[in-house]
Amino acid sequence: MRDPVAKPALPVTGYLERWGPHPQSVPPGGWGDEAQRPAEKLVKTHCCFCGQQCGIQLKVRDNRVIGFEPWHEFPFNRGMLCPKGVKRYMQSGHPDRLLDPMLRDEAEGFRVATWDEALDVTARRIREIQQQHGPDSVAVFGGASLTTEKSYLLGKFARVALGTRHIDYNGRLCMVSAGTAYKLAFGVDRSPNPWADIPQAQVVFVAGANVGECAPITTDYLWRMRDAGGVLIVADPRMTPITRNADQYLPVRPGTDVALFSAMLHVVIREGLVRRDFVDAHTTGFEAVAESVQAWDPRRAGELTGVPPEAIERAALTFARADRAVALHARGIEHHSKGVENCLALINLCLATGNIGREGAGCMMITGQGNGQGGREHGQKCDQLPGQRSIADPAARAHVAKVWGISPEEIPQAGWSAVEIMEAIHRGEIKALISICFNPLVSLPDAAYVREALAKLEFFAVTDFFLSETAQHADVVFAGSLHEEDEGVVCSAEGRVIKIAKAVDPPGNAREDWRVYVDLARRLGKERFFPYASSREIFEELREASRGGPADYGGITYERIERGFGVFWPCPTEDHPGTPRLFEGGRFFHPDGKARFTVAEYRESGDPVDESFPTYLTTGRVVSQYLSGTQTRRIGGLLAQYPEPLCELHPRLAAQVGVAPGDRVTVETRRGAITLEVLIVKTIRPDTVFIPYHWPDGRSANVLTHRTLDPRSKIPEYKVSACRVRKA
Amino acid sequence: MFGHGFFIDPSRCIGCQACVAACAECESHRGHSMIHVDYVDRASSIATVPTVCMHCENPTCAQVCPADAIKQDDDGVVHSSLKPRCVACSNCVLACPFGVPNVLVQIEQMMKCDLCFDRTSVGKKPMCATVCPSQALSYVPPEEIARTRRETPVNTFVFGRQTVRTMNFMMAPTGLDRIEVDVVDYMWEAGG
Repeated sequence: MRDPVAKPALPVTGYLERWGPHPQSVPPGGWGDEAQRPAEKLVKTHCCFCGQQCGIQLKVRDNRVIGFEPWHEFPFNRGMLCPKGVKRYMQSGHPDRLLDPMLRDEAEGFRVATWDEALDVTARRIREIQQQHGPDSVAVFGGASLTTEKSYLLGKFARVALGTRHIDYNGRLCMVSAGTAYKLAFGVDRSPNPWADIPQAQVVFVAGANVGECAPITTDYLWRMRDAGGVLIVADPRMTPITRNADQYLPVRPGTDVALFSAMLHVVIREGLVRRDFVDAHTTGFEAVAESVQAWDPRRAGELTGVPPEAIERAALTFARADRAVALHARGIEHHSKGVENCLALINLCLATGNIGREGAGCMMITGQGNGQGGREHGQKCDQLPGQRSIADPAARAHVAKVWGISPEEIPQAGWSAVEIMEAIHRGEIKALISICFNPLVSLPDAAYVREALAKLEFFAVTDFFLSETAQHADVVFAGSLHEEDEGVVCSAEGRVIKIAKAVDPPGNAREDWRVYVDLARRLGKERFFPYASSREIFEELREASRGGPADYGGITYERIERGFGVFWPCPTEDHPGTPRLFEGGRFFHPDGKARFTVAEYRESGDPVDESFPTYLTTGRVVSQYLSGTQTRRIGGLLAQYPEPLCELHPRLAAQVGVAPGDRVTVETRRGAITLEVLIVKTIRPDTVFIPYHWPDGRSANVLTHRTLDPRSKIPEYKVSACRVRKA
Repeated sequence: MFGHGFFIDPSRCIGCQACVAACAECESHRGHSMIHVDYVDRASSIATVPTVCMHCENPTCAQVCPADAIKQDDDGVVHSSLKPRCVACSNCVLACPFGVPNVLVQIEQMMKCDLCFDRTSVGKKPMCATVCPSQALSYVPPEEIARTRRETPVNTFVFGRQTVRTMNFMMAPTGLDRIEVDVVDYMWEAGG
């Protein structure tokens, strides 16, 4: 056993020099190359960056993606793309691309290894550690940018090949508050309406969703809604790009969304605008919720949220008086220690006004990651089995065990969530980590704590295409596959299961990700449970495993997807048309068919502001970057658009701090401090600063954030930390 | 594309720069973007504006070119300067009322938007208007604009004493038939 084991062999600069990020600004072969040697083929597939999953055609030549062509026919985006989509092809032939498996090397950081060597070492270390410390001493991290086949495989690999209960994924930082709330309210975790419903709404209330930057294509849907006479209401501590055309803007104080939504429901009830017929026939629990929001008159809510009481009244009346209203939400209300309550409060507003299960009427979450929806449906969540089944449900365990060829007792019970796994590593309970598609050193809160945890691991294996900051700590790095190097399905934000086509083969000695886990399972003596020779074979098994669950893929085939621009689940049989809109006719997924009103209580943030830390810190994305930036910080054109994180603050706060444009500030929280250049703008609340989270180390917003979790969803509270700001 | 018009609506722009990135993918000038997106005043607003060539009926850039290097084709598209003629003097850059042309010092040539003639001639939309996620740049039939938008397309611009008519349209508040940008345009100078 090494001590300390997974500490990087080199200082960070050593890795940066060799493995990047080196921004690539020119396509493989240069800008003029394509004119000389045109593409051999155009491959219809999807963008890898974000849950919108825009259709795109990749130009391919010599096993490289050399450009793109818009895909007009794909109905979701009709050729539209954001800059990430335009530039995504620049990952192909990238100088930082990992081309071989690697083993940790004390002198060089890593040395190239053969696949046999890397797989053998990994299997041996897993066996040793499990023999000594038990099966649960090994944990698995997955990610929601993986195809659904890989997500499914990873869940089965953890539970069947490793026999560990601890598998979780980076969707824990993304969709779990919404998912938990939707399951509580509706019995299923999916946006109930297809995006085509947005332009049909008379009112759209965007709560905590920076649509213009994080889901740019959705802007088109919002503008179409407005062109048809619809009203746009936006609640956000910042004026994000869509706010310029908002009819009503509610500048809510970070962490107070429950109060805002409860006050809106308070007004709806007071004005007699509750749709009693719908509530009586299709829901339960209204009376308790009505009683709980009685205390939230707009004046009290105004004091807490910083939104004028008249604005709350007006928004509530606008929303409730419409025949068709949509509430759209994203991480802005979900990244909280009460993220589930925030979502439930918004759902309550929709249910009370009868806005669910109809064309142009619904409560819709905007999934953030590439396969944010599909990646959470089939088993890489610590508490779920394929088909969006609960791992605690005996019937679900029996069904999945049968498909897997094991007994239900062999399926471990629920394990820990992502942050809890880090805490268990700290406590010494988890000794080894097998990770793919997750860069926790940049993306988890309290980065210093994560770094300490990684250094305590006895064994750490990572599958990646570029060496992420986290992978610098690995003992073994498997060279995996980019999005365009393998086929499979993903499920987009609207519940549409679509097909990712393989455009090129993995370069060098890199392999399709799924092969790594099949090969590892073989070395662990579990080959009979992992007999796959292709992604398609994994998908066929996944269909069976999902059959009968809420996310039923039983009737979905690769061919159907390709013929029809995707299929919306649930789709139980091959002659079933799929389900673009859930809950039509007021039928919900709970056994009694009814939706649940659930009381949503306001609580203080887990990191409250006080005299020492008087300012709110909130974090989020910029349009040109994706998640921890492992891919997008390597694309020159995207990096040039927003090269360094800036600290956004209001002129009033800037005056207090004594900074002017061009100055730098140190932002300090109870965890740590970072120093950044300021962006002084009137488009943010004066009591709040914003920092985007895509960068590592001294530029990492997550040096500042805290580990308080929502007790039910286990999502970290990225959207509220207490900080102080001083001139650097 | 026959029967299509180019409509610009800065009020819908989200500043994402997809157009800027996509323009550089156009095969006739790959690697060079002919579009820029600017914040109007970032300190006080999130408002951004995309600038693309308006393709004037009687282009000022061509009028002021001392080398007769800027040509308009039969479809009305105003092209980059002809390389053998261009002297990179930047007259066009200074004279264009919309701020469009760029002189690339490295290659001593003025380059500008050519409305993706290579794409439009084969039935495709220009790159920028294809990818734009927010309808700030649209290439659609005029009837579609009339049916779907509340704003009015305008292609007459008055810059003091110069009136410019363009092939591309700017979306303006309903009721406007021209965009006047100079206070002078609103004055009664004859009245002293």
